[in-house]
Amino acid sequence: MNIRFYILRRIALVIPTLIGLSILTFSIARIVPGDPVGLAAGPRATEEIKEAFRREFGLDQPLPIQYINYMTGLFRGDWGESLYTRRAVINDLRVYWPATLELTTAAVVIATVLGVPAGVISAMYRNRLPDHVARVLSLFFVSFPSFWLAMIFQTWFARDLGLFPIGKRLPVLVSPPAPTTGLFLIDSLVQLDLETFLISLRHLFIPALVLSFGAFASITRITRASMVEALEKDFVRMERAIGIPYRVIIFKYVLRNALIATITVISLNFGWLMAGAILIETIFDWPGLGLYAVEASLSLDFQPIMGIAILYGVVFSVVNILTDIVYGILDPRIRYG
Amino acid sequence: MAESLEKRKEARSARWENIARGLYRFRSNRLSMIGLLMLVFILLVAIFAPIIAPYPEDAAGKTRVAARLQPPNEDFAFGTDKIGRDIFSRVVMGTGLALQVGTVIILLATTIGVTIGAVAGYAGGWIDDLLMRVTDIFLTVPALVLAIAISAALGKGIINAMIGISLVWWPGFARLTRSLVLSLREEPFVEAAYGIGAGHMRIIFRHILPNAVSPIIIKMTTDFGFAVLTAAALGFIGLGAQPPTPEWGAMINDGRRYFPDEWWIATFPGLAIWLMVFSWNLIGDGLRDVLDPRSRR
Repeated sequence: MNIRFYILRRIALVIPTLIGLSILTFSIARIVPGDPVGLAAGPRATEEIKEAFRREFGLDQPLPIQYINYMTGLFRGDWGESLYTRRAVINDLRVYWPATLELTTAAVVIATVLGVPAGVISAMYRNRLPDHVARVLSLFFVSFPSFWLAMIFQTWFARDLGLFPIGKRLPVLVSPPAPTTGLFLIDSLVQLDLETFLISLRHLFIPALVLSFGAFASITRITRASMVEALEKDFVRMERAIGIPYRVIIFKYVLRNALIATITVISLNFGWLMAGAILIETIFDWPGLGLYAVEASLSLDFQPIMGIAILYGVVFSVVNILTDIVYGILDPRIRYG
Repeated sequence: MAESLEKRKEARSARWENIARGLYRFRSNRLSMIGLLMLVFILLVAIFAPIIAPYPEDAAGKTRVAARLQPPNEDFAFGTDKIGRDIFSRVVMGTGLALQVGTVIILLATTIGVTIGAVAGYAGGWIDDLLMRVTDIFLTVPALVLAIAISAALGKGIINAMIGISLVWWPGFARLTRSLVLSLREEPFVEAAYGIGAGHMRIIFRHILPNAVSPIIIKMTTDFGFAVLTAAALGFIGLGAQPPTPEWGAMINDGRRYFPDEWWIATFPGLAIWLMVFSWNLIGDGLRDVLDPRSRR
């Protein structure tokens, strides 16, 4: 199968799922037993004011019409507006999303950098001390409530030791790099602003580290399991027999075979960590989707919540497609199968 | 007749032998045994909470303003919170709640997921397609995000949080059950049951599902800790248990404003969550090895 066709087919398969997701979030938003309009209009609002509110947000129309309006809006870039701030959801998402993306990506990178070698070492020293240590450590850390660990780390590393800033993406007095991607690390690098790069890296490190613990255990486990499986393949015995050094076999041949399963788990973790970021962001005052989502959900502000859910769905689908493409490159059997 | 009885006995003893072998493998895993001991300890704490807690009435919100924000001391082993409630009593009294929350979430999610997965796998065709597409929709968004949306829509509170989490937790069980049913339905004993006129429901529930029990139970165990974590996260955000319920996540949220100067308010509930989740994760880790020998060789 041609790789371009393979990619197109993967994209086409995602569309019905995303439409389903929009129906799901729309239904969630409309089953609300609470009274979002009453909440937004304030306690002293009369019935007329509430009625005007409903008319303004189109809540007085039949549900199917409301859904169709919502969907056509989505495609035109109109994702509704917040009942409270009256800001357009799409603009808010544009502002907050890069912060979450940066945090999540950094966490996935840390979890991979720590988790894959831990899995490789576990497989090489199977059922010996390093294996047990890696296993216990990964279960140990994944069991903490991340928001709690975030508070502890914030206190130790930022407040007591003063090694890292307490929170936010940048100090108040440092102006963020001109937004190209919205990711401070990349933007500052592109503009060769090394100082801002280092400052934002320091702000990013502790939140990303805490977030990464959630993914460490599963990445280590899958790497170990697939390494063990690959190590028992005939080609390994053959390579050892013809005298290729063990290290070369491990890193050049076995790891590449084992990585395919690992990549699936890493991409799944990307989605989970992006959700976990909601909790971490509230602790570190990280101006991302998490803070936005928590505020919106506590005040029953449904347009932002729906927007966030759909954005997460789209991102997660894109990550899955990218994963499949990487597969296809790593293992031609999948592409042509 | 005598012969079939003999055969049935044989089948039963083979099943027992499997279970015994699994138990042996589980027991020989030291980490899982530690996890099991921890869980037994937690269960005992939950059962005897009113006896262990020096001030059980604090769980219901009794205030003791004169003793507010006291650091851990002889009277209050874990200190007191902003209205003078004993943190130790509240952590102890919250143990049973955390166990219940995890149990309800997992049982609900299993019921929904196993039913959908079994029907999809057994029926095949368009029913399978439809049910699996619905499952995919739920899997497109990370569970926590949807759980927040559903719990928010239903209204703050521990019950709604549990419903919200269960409603996003079932797809994993559906996928697992479907794959198990898909392979089991080709087995000769299913064909035999069909041949003697058993109905579809009977085949699914009496013949197929009993053979799919162990992987499902293992997933229930490995998921339990994460369900507890998710419920605590909702409590922390403010969507879950409302005051004065001694829910650990909500207690951490409560202590957040006083952290780190009055560190004890948030620290001890956090450690309690960790202990509970860690014990389940250790047990789950061992169970996974029992089922899937490939994962640990």
